[in-house]
Parts: sequence; structure tokens; C-alpha cells
Amino acid sequence: MRMLINVPETVVDDALRGIAAAHPDLAVDVANRIVVRRDAPVAGKVGLVSGGGSGHEPLHAGFVGPGMLSAACPGEVFTSPVPDQMVRAAAAVDSGRGVLFVVKNYTGDVLNFDMAAELAGEEGIRVERVLVNDDVAVTDSLYTAGRRGTGATLFVEKIAGAAADEGATLERVAEVARKVNDSARSFGVALSACSTPAKGSPTFELPVGQLELGVGIHGEPGRERRAAMTAREIADYAVDVVLEDLRPTGPVLALVNGMGATPLLELYGFNAEVQRVLSERGVPVARTLVGNYVTSLDMAGCSVTLCQVDEEMLRWWDAPVQTAALRWGR
Amino acid sequence: MLDSAFFQRWMVAVAAAVDEEADRLTELDSAIGDADHGSNLRRGFTAVASALDKEPPTTPGAVLALSGRTLISTVGGASGPLYGTLLRRTGKALGEGAEVSVAEFAAALRSGVDAVARLGGAAAGDKTMLDALIPAAEALTSSGDVGFTAARDAAESGALATVPLQARKGRASYLGERSIGHQDPGATSAALLFRTLADVAEAAG
Repeated sequence: MRMLINVPETVVDDALRGIAAAHPDLAVDVANRIVVRRDAPVAGKVGLVSGGGSGHEPLHAGFVGPGMLSAACPGEVFTSPVPDQMVRAAAAVDSGRGVLFVVKNYTGDVLNFDMAAELAGEEGIRVERVLVNDDVAVTDSLYTAGRRGTGATLFVEKIAGAAADEGATLERVAEVARKVNDSARSFGVALSACSTPAKGSPTFELPVGQLELGVGIHGEPGRERRAAMTAREIADYAVDVVLEDLRPTGPVLALVNGMGATPLLELYGFNAEVQRVLSERGVPVARTLVGNYVTSLDMAGCSVTLCQVDEEMLRWWDAPVQTAALRWGR
Repeated sequence: MLDSAFFQRWMVAVAAAVDEEADRLTELDSAIGDADHGSNLRRGFTAVASALDKEPPTTPGAVLALSGRTLISTVGGASGPLYGTLLRRTGKALGEGAEVSVAEFAAALRSGVDAVARLGGAAAGDKTMLDALIPAAEALTSSGDVGFTAARDAAESGALATVPLQARKGRASYLGERSIGHQDPGATSAALLFRTLADVAEAAG
């Protein structure tokens, strides 16, 4: 065992207890697996609830707090949370102005959040659902269940969270969230496979010296496998793939995201290459974020997310945020 | 006729079978999914067995409806809502009767399978649990007294038949052509459901 855990069965609960101890601003219900900002519900404010499988930390619990999410529902590792969690979370954060579910496009997340929206509706909570589907890796595949949701989740939660803080209506917050998603595209690269605690060994085989271009955040395969490439070559490939799909006509937010096991030294070096490609392609970069935000356990690798922004979106991006993983402006 | 004790024995037997086969299901899932199908179903059906033990429902419909609700509340992933819907809708379709005939159960199961297809937006041949569920429900409908054995065989052939298919739904679909050559874990666990049903029916005589 080379994992810093006790037993696979308790990893999520153990992490939640650790989050509770580290972040007194968060109310952590370990038994029911919901993380709520302690001052919820905030009067007059639309609630934002997200969630998904654990293993992508700091997503989503790390993004709960003023300026971003109202609550997060962590599921088992790489497994969607259950509707009971989402309904509880919605009830905890609803101030009467409704709740937005931010859902990454995975079959399990979509099915469970759909059931939760129905159940919350029966309890008199107004719910809107926004689907994040920014990963361009698998768009060409004829029969995929649509694009996967990855790095754009951070942009959606931050920008829609700021709009909600300003007192926007549920419909408006949902509209903003959809606009951010529509303006964002991602592409991920794996240098090694990840290992789930339950399995204890890599979830897919990636021979040393090979990389998976277009990998998903659960280790799902992407477009192709190739022999090792330099950071420069990977940046050329990944940024071009994103730009080809996004075709931005204005400034972008850039997220250079680590998958969990790649050091910041490498991520910053990779970011230098990403900025070079964007500059060569004539794409102005408004803001850049580098770090581990949407991870895949111990996978080595990175992803690039670009989001075209207008002035309003940029203002919301710059607005104060105070969460475990993202904080500025306060 | 089948009573609530029969359905309760079935669910408890599924829990035992899933527990036994969890590693194999997870292994199948690690080839084309995300390596958690066995552990998720084990968590869910363990909860089902304990919910049924705590407050045993008095009708077949209620046994299945409670089982389905419990799966929805405990499994997560895609299999939670899908298996939960299968059992909940089948249970609801069985109505309030204290006993049901095999034919009534077959009809209810078909409506449960239809609900799964609607929820998941999938059809036969997509390399999902439906590839075992659909033939099993059909076999149960058309084979009268030997229904449970026929359903088991149909489900198992259906699961085996997913090997050469290319996945078109769920995470396995991201593999594209690389999903070919692997048996679908959802169809495999669905076959398990019918293997235990046949066992329980045989034990009941």
C-alpha cells in the first residue's frame, strides 16, 4: 500500500473530516456527505450546488464559500453522489430564490441530479440545472454520450457564483452559467494512469514513455496514444485542439490544470508553453490560473481550459472569492 | 404464485451474489469503465438486504419498490438510478397484491426495463445492462412455467453477446472501438440478477 489512507472504504469520510478540521467556514456533514458554507442560506441569494465523484479535489468542496458554491455533494471515488445528498444540500442553501445545480456531463451525475431536481421540486425548491460539457477530446466520436465536463466547471462555478452574489435571479444565474460553459473548451493529457483506492492499482494501462492525448478525469481514454512528447509539443497539440473548437474572437481565461501528480514546477513550465502558443495564434489572455484544481487522484498530466470572456464575465471572474482552494479580492 | 417472502429471498440472494462477484464486476468495469461497478452494487444491495430485514414489506410490489429506493439512495454512479428505477418501477407495476403470478411479474418487469431504457436513453445493442435485461424480460414473458430458467439463460447470453459490441452509452462509450472485446459490466450484473432469481425459484420448487 503506497497510499496515505486507512482503508479504501473510509477515504471519502476521512477526507471530509479533514476538510472540516481545516476549514471552519464550512459546515461538513460527514454522515450525509454534504459540505455547506456555514452562513447558508444567504438571504436573497440564489444557491449554487455542485457535486460529483470524489477524487477530483479540490473540486467541489474546495470551491464552497462566498463568491462561488453554496454547497457541494461529494460521492464515492469517481462515483456520482446520490439524490438524497443533493436534495439535502439544496434545502440547506435555498433562501427562497432557488438553487442552481452545476452538473458535469457524466451519465451517473446527470441521472442522479435529474432525480434530485425532481425530488427537490416536490419539496417546493425551485431548481435549475446547468450541464458542463467542455472536453473536446471525444466530440468526433459518433456515439459518445456527449462531451465530458472537466475544467470549465471551475469557470462556471466562479462566474455564476459571482453573479449570484450580486443578487441575480435563478434564471439569470443559470443563463450566465450556460454562457460560460458555451464559451469554454478543455483538453487533457495523461502521462500516467491513476489508481483508485478501491482497486489499488492503475485503472488503465499506460506504458512508461507513452501518453494519452485527450484523457478524461477518470482515466477515460481520449483521441490517441503517442510516444513521449515535450511540454512544448504537448502545448502545441492541446492548445490547437482547444482553439480549433472554440475559435475565440476575443480575450480568454486560461486554466492550466494539474491532474494530481504533476509538480507545479512542470505545470508552470507547461504554462509558459501554453502562453507561447496562444501568443503565436494571436489569442489575448485576460487571466491565467495554474495549479491542481480538477484532478484525477494520482494521475500525472495536465489539462488546458480556455474560456472566452466579455467584460461582464471578466468582472465576475475578478470578483472576491473565499473558498478553500480559490480565494482572492477580499 | 409468488409472495413477498419470495421477492425478499431474491433480493437477499442478489446481495450475496453481488458480494461474491464484486471483484469480478469491478475487474470488468476497470477494462472499459471506471472500476467501481462491483463495489457500488455491493454497497447498494447490502443496504437493500438490511432495509428489507429491518421492516419487511408485506407485498411483492413493496419489496421491489423499497429495494429500488434504497439503491437510488446508496449506490450513486449511473447504476444506482438505473437499477433503482428497474426495481422501483417493476415494484410499482406489481401493484398492491399480496401474491403475483409469473405472468404478472413478467409484465411488470417489462415496464421496469422500459423505464430503464427511457432514463438512460439507451437501446438494445448499445452494450449496456439492457442487453441482458431485454432478452431476460422477453424470455420470462414467453416461456411460462420454465420462465425463470429461460430468463437466466437469455440474460447470460445477452451479457456474453456484449463482448464484440462497441459501447454507445456511458463511460465505456468514450473508448470507441477500444470497448470492443470486453464484456459489459452492467449486462453482467443484470445477468446475476436473473441467475439468483432462477436459483431462488428452484429452491422454492
